[in-house]
Amino acid sequence: MKRHLISAADLTRDDALLVLDTAEEMARVADRPIKKLPTLRGRTVVNLFFEDSTRTRISFEAAAKRLSADVINFSAKGSSVSKGESLKDTALTLEAMGADAVVVRHYSSGAPHRLATSGWINASVVNAGDGTHEHPTQALLDAFTMRRHLSGPGRDLSGRRITVVGDVLHSRVARSNVLLLTTLGAQVTLVAPPTLLPIGVEHWPCEVSYDLDAVLAKSDAVMMLRVQRERMNAAFFPTEREYARRYGLDGIRMAALPEHAIVMHPGPMNRGMEITAEVADSPRCTAVEQVANGVSTRMAVLYLMLGGSEPALSAGTDTRTEVRNGAPADDAPRTDAALTPDTHAPRTQESK
Amino acid sequence: MVDDRDTLAAPSAPAAARPVLEAPDIARVLTRIAHEIVERAKGADDVVLLGIPTRGVFLARRLAEKLAGITGRITPVGSLDITMYRDDLRLHPPRALARTEIPAEGIDGRLVVLVDDVLFSGRTIRAALDALNDIGRPRAVQLAVLVDRGHRELPIRADYVGKNLPTSLRETVKVLLTEEDGRDSVLLGAAADRAGRAPGRPADA
Repeated sequence: MKRHLISAADLTRDDALLVLDTAEEMARVADRPIKKLPTLRGRTVVNLFFEDSTRTRISFEAAAKRLSADVINFSAKGSSVSKGESLKDTALTLEAMGADAVVVRHYSSGAPHRLATSGWINASVVNAGDGTHEHPTQALLDAFTMRRHLSGPGRDLSGRRITVVGDVLHSRVARSNVLLLTTLGAQVTLVAPPTLLPIGVEHWPCEVSYDLDAVLAKSDAVMMLRVQRERMNAAFFPTEREYARRYGLDGIRMAALPEHAIVMHPGPMNRGMEITAEVADSPRCTAVEQVANGVSTRMAVLYLMLGGSEPALSAGTDTRTEVRNGAPADDAPRTDAALTPDTHAPRTQESK
Repeated sequence: MVDDRDTLAAPSAPAAARPVLEAPDIARVLTRIAHEIVERAKGADDVVLLGIPTRGVFLARRLAEKLAGITGRITPVGSLDITMYRDDLRLHPPRALARTEIPAEGIDGRLVVLVDDVLFSGRTIRAALDALNDIGRPRAVQLAVLVDRGHRELPIRADYVGKNLPTSLRETVKVLLTEEDGRDSVLLGAAADRAGRAPGRPADA
């Protein structure tokens, strides 16, 4: 996971499985009377949202709060950004406020990468969706949902066929999912009208089809993407009705799916467009479950990035803190084991 | 990221590790602790055993079997992961989490017996008490450990001790259990692999 989570491609197979396994334990906290863990006490997580979002922001907020972090919500509307403040100045403000992690949603592709690599802030940057580029935590929660239905805890998704249907061109969810699901061993097929596929899609590690009915019968999961009208500046398809007829999922198409297959949607849904109400309300549709899984998955990401002296996973990429005591993780003692006094250095040295 | 918390003795230095308990000793010790629990809890009908991962869970299950043999009733047994409650989280990279499994009966109003393999600084048990607090309100909490090696850093003591093992701070105590390690044994080793951790202190010759 390194220090930042910008792209689903940052995650190795082991990293991704660690996030999913951790999320599995986090999900159990939601069943408890006290849905809170003290783990990130004293850490500050800033939700920096330049674009409207309901579920992602609330999901990150709930995740950070369940881990006892302090959460600051910053949305562009009604802030100094609407007065023309630059990303850099906003970042410097956050740095001055002592943010440990910045969860950023931006309308421009690449903004989280700029934030992470420009040296403006020391905080970990989590990409919560940038333009039409990536949305890695959505891919993680989708993989988590698929794993629960299709393979099981501790396993990857090898051999599973996932079909992603719809507006791939404008979808950050599609790109992150293709990258992550491939890492986890699944075979991904994109289905969309040619006008809604991005340039260079032939280099993506997936197959492409223009015919939804041809791939449904061999899909273990179908993910319907929202048609993003707000990003469409040209006529990508003749009429909504024609799109719905050729690429929408209705009850008849759902019946063509294998018995065990699930229907996924990252939300918000356009009922009647890419998905009919009949499908959206059927028990095979996991849209609501995906929202619940989003909190657990984001708790796992925040814990693995902020819960220790340095981010877990892919060690050696971290530049913020040196490894203390020169002790590699394999050598780390449990609390009850042979701790030498120097490992009990005052905790304040870590606080910012 | 496997659970590394109990992996203290380096496999490369088995010559230095001396067995202090073997399989029959461990079985006898657990039988005694089971009897002590029944005696102290006057029949043990509201006891819930919670093992602390990794090896505490296996010990808790073994104790539950012994208790069933004595009382003829099934004692609820579960696990309690304390990772998220540790006080040294910020000294290490984040650890992989283990499973917390609370028996369906819950812990409210019951006598919870925490089970762990080695009692040392007491910090694990402090974390476990915090974790319990978020799960429910037991009537009382007791602690059973296979080995108490001393060197407490907190005012915590065990109610049931398998073996008191006086150690020096530089020694390591390694508990091996069949379920995890393929055999039952408690090994006391010199901490050759930890010499670098306390540069100020010369090793005993």
